[in-house]
Amino acid sequence: MTNPLFSVRDVAKYYGGRIGCADVSFDLYPGEVMGIVGESGSGKSTLLNCLAGHLTPDAGQILFDTRTGGVRDTREMSEPERRMLSRTDWAFVHQHARDGLRMSVSAGGNVGERLMAVGARRYDTIRAQAIDWLGRVEIDESRIDDRPTAFSGGMQQRLQIARNLVTGPRLVFMDEPTGGLDVSVQARLLDLLRSLVREMGLSAIIVTHDLAVVRLLADRLMVMKSGYVVEAGLTDQVLDDPQHAYTQLLVSSVLQV
Amino acid sequence: MYVAVKGGERAIDNAHEWLAEERRGDTDIAELSIAQIREQLALAVNRVMAEGSLYDPDLAALAIKQSRGDLIEAIFLIRAYRTTLPRIGHSKPIETSDMACDRRISATFKDLPGGQILGPTFDYTHRLLDFKLAAEGKAPVAQTRETDVDRMPRVTDFLNQDGLIQTETPTDTSPPDLTRQPMQFPAGRPLRLQNLTRGDEGFVLSIAYSTQRGYARNHPFVGELRIGRVVVEMDIPALGFAVDIGEITVTECETVNQFTGSKTEPAQFTRGYGLVFGQTERKAISMALVDRALRWEELGEDNMGAPAQDEEFVLAHSDNIQATGFLEHIKLPHYVDFQSELELVRKLRRETADATKEAAE
Amino acid sequence: MSDYNFAYLDEQTKRMIRRAILKGVAIPGYQVPFASREMPMPYGWGTGGVQVSAACLTPEDTFKVIDQGADDTTNAVSIRKFFEFTAGVAVTEHTGEATVIQTRHRIPEEPLREDQILVYQVPIPEPLRFLEPRETETRKMHALEEYGLMHVKLYEDISRHGNIATSYAYPVKVEGRYVMDPSPIPKFDNPKLEMAAIQLFGAGREQRIYAIPPYTQVISLDFEDYPFDPSKADHPCDLCGAEHTYLDEVIIDDAGGRMFVCSDTDYCAGRQADGHRGRLSPIQEAAE
Repeated sequence: MTNPLFSVRDVAKYYGGRIGCADVSFDLYPGEVMGIVGESGSGKSTLLNCLAGHLTPDAGQILFDTRTGGVRDTREMSEPERRMLSRTDWAFVHQHARDGLRMSVSAGGNVGERLMAVGARRYDTIRAQAIDWLGRVEIDESRIDDRPTAFSGGMQQRLQIARNLVTGPRLVFMDEPTGGLDVSVQARLLDLLRSLVREMGLSAIIVTHDLAVVRLLADRLMVMKSGYVVEAGLTDQVLDDPQHAYTQLLVSSVLQV
Repeated sequence: MYVAVKGGERAIDNAHEWLAEERRGDTDIAELSIAQIREQLALAVNRVMAEGSLYDPDLAALAIKQSRGDLIEAIFLIRAYRTTLPRIGHSKPIETSDMACDRRISATFKDLPGGQILGPTFDYTHRLLDFKLAAEGKAPVAQTRETDVDRMPRVTDFLNQDGLIQTETPTDTSPPDLTRQPMQFPAGRPLRLQNLTRGDEGFVLSIAYSTQRGYARNHPFVGELRIGRVVVEMDIPALGFAVDIGEITVTECETVNQFTGSKTEPAQFTRGYGLVFGQTERKAISMALVDRALRWEELGEDNMGAPAQDEEFVLAHSDNIQATGFLEHIKLPHYVDFQSELELVRKLRRETADATKEAAE
Repeated sequence: MSDYNFAYLDEQTKRMIRRAILKGVAIPGYQVPFASREMPMPYGWGTGGVQVSAACLTPEDTFKVIDQGADDTTNAVSIRKFFEFTAGVAVTEHTGEATVIQTRHRIPEEPLREDQILVYQVPIPEPLRFLEPRETETRKMHALEEYGLMHVKLYEDISRHGNIATSYAYPVKVEGRYVMDPSPIPKFDNPKLEMAAIQLFGAGREQRIYAIPPYTQVISLDFEDYPFDPSKADHPCDLCGAEHTYLDEVIIDDAGGRMFVCSDTDYCAGRQADGHRGRLSPIQEAAE
């Protein structure tokens, strides 16, 4: 039996007297994709930001199986260690591509930045890897020197994904990766994400309000409401046979659409 | 045949002589005295003292004369002079509620203890050129009356008594000193106020104005504006008590701004504060608005991304001596950097030309 | 002499500046904040360098000031006169005779010695400033050694121009740790940053002091396949014939005629005194 890559124990975050999220625990195994669903205000984005180190949780442990140091609680890491982690083994895909891209830097520079941040110092190699990655996210090589401002919303999102995956991270956090895109563009992006996740054996945590996204991408699912996890299990199981009344409501509201 | 340019030294000396001659102007016209500038261009003197952060009307008047009326240049002279002065000690905080007011107005209350005093203001003058001033006239004399109030309590103190305005808690900690420590961010309010009080009047005015036009609007009322003389006291350790070391004129503005509050915390007005050397009310009001805008975080407001909310932006660009120096330094020779740029552009052009040629062949 | 304290600043202030200098020397390339004073020359005209010089000078020193390599450019003259007046120190135009040299935009051609101090005037000390305008952010980037963005800039240069398009104020990494702005010296001068003399950098308006101790490793940032290239105009000096010096380009007639002369005027004059001649040298050969 392999060890979990990422273990979360009793994580909680409060905003004054209000609960952001509480009592969240789960294990994520290598190559596994976990979906977190819930309506807005359910605490799913707060949880994701706590897990990725953007917010400091008020309680709990967030354990990651690092390449060199074994299992570490990321909350106890120093700032440089955490930053190093977030530009090597971790990746974060923002809902809005502009939050995750440098809009005034060319597509190639955007993809190359993480490589240079970890010490790549051959221009030709960096450029070759950028071209390779643009291809993998279906952006034509001829656009490598264009800035993301000249890209469509879908292309920007694919560029953000390339920028994140170029260093071969082991864990990817995604915050509504298809939100704000047209339906046809969403479908193409989902296809792409699914094949990349499988190809690279990525572990991922995806926050979304869209059950279609989790059905396509996630092996397992957590349903959140008012800051708590109300139901968790295999994706198909939860969606086909929801136990909690709230999950039933979520599933039926999707079916009606 | 080229000979490297020499003679920078002589050119400088000659330029200085010419400047001195121009400064004096037509010698058939009587020369300005320092006293004339001090008495008759008093608001210019006040601005130079405020932004030069040195309270000395005679030196400020001298600086204005020396700078031919260029006030930023005059401020610069005062700042450079200030550097050479030893720091003997610190005064006690001035007490503006004991101010002998020449002017005291409130926009929030029609009347108040101590009354409204318009004082020597331009406010209700019609801005018509007064050609009588072009001719020499008799000295005008204004009416006077003995004051019947000896103390003018602050408007914000009335509001504070009822809990209607947020309380500023006094502390005994010494504030950092902008002139003795490097500015570091985040600066905190004491440093912000020090920076603003000697910041460029035009800059602070424009930033304040931008808040009124909606870039981080904070709904200010002038709770109170007062101008007058206050006593400066200093503790003399050898004596064991404080002594008066003089009197200065200052302008103080306290604004009453939009309220904060929630279901658990009752609504309260908030404050902005401006205090500037001399009669400088445009600056003091501006300062209060900018101070208030910069307090967004402490008061739990949203960052609208407005320039007036950006502490680093405002404080790093408010000082006209820093600004003018850096701006004008581009007059200095830059031919070494320009030469490297020239070489680079030539090289890039050459490579592009070669590439085009190859492509054509 | 004058009524001012030796070298203008009071001893208290000089002590404060010396503390900043010592800290800078102890942490090569690190920008030390210091409480810069208003000087009698404008910010941006060398006030940082002037304060550092004031804190270093002793009555026995011999002082030299250069601007763009030359001793008699107006601002160099002005600063030299300031210290002649306020400190009464001996001044020189000869690099070899000076114990303290204040410079703007150049490093002298003649190699400096261990008993010399080179003081730079710095306009913008932060090498990351034009990539990230916020001081709070850049300080964090230095603290965490996050310099990826710096290479992104170089990458963008190459992808757009085919070359690293930075020709002066070319960023360096000091002793394998801090990325530093060497002040707007031409990149031609970058290799000289590894030298025997102590180098002090003063930025008055931005309130920062930093330093490179003698014999410290200073590496210009680059890519392995686009290595740093300290090139200069491909001409010899038209006055002294030197092939290895940084040159100024001078336009000599309306028809676009131009000549190239050493930017380091003292070095050029020295070579000419030693009998070296360039293409357009006005000095008649004694032998002819």
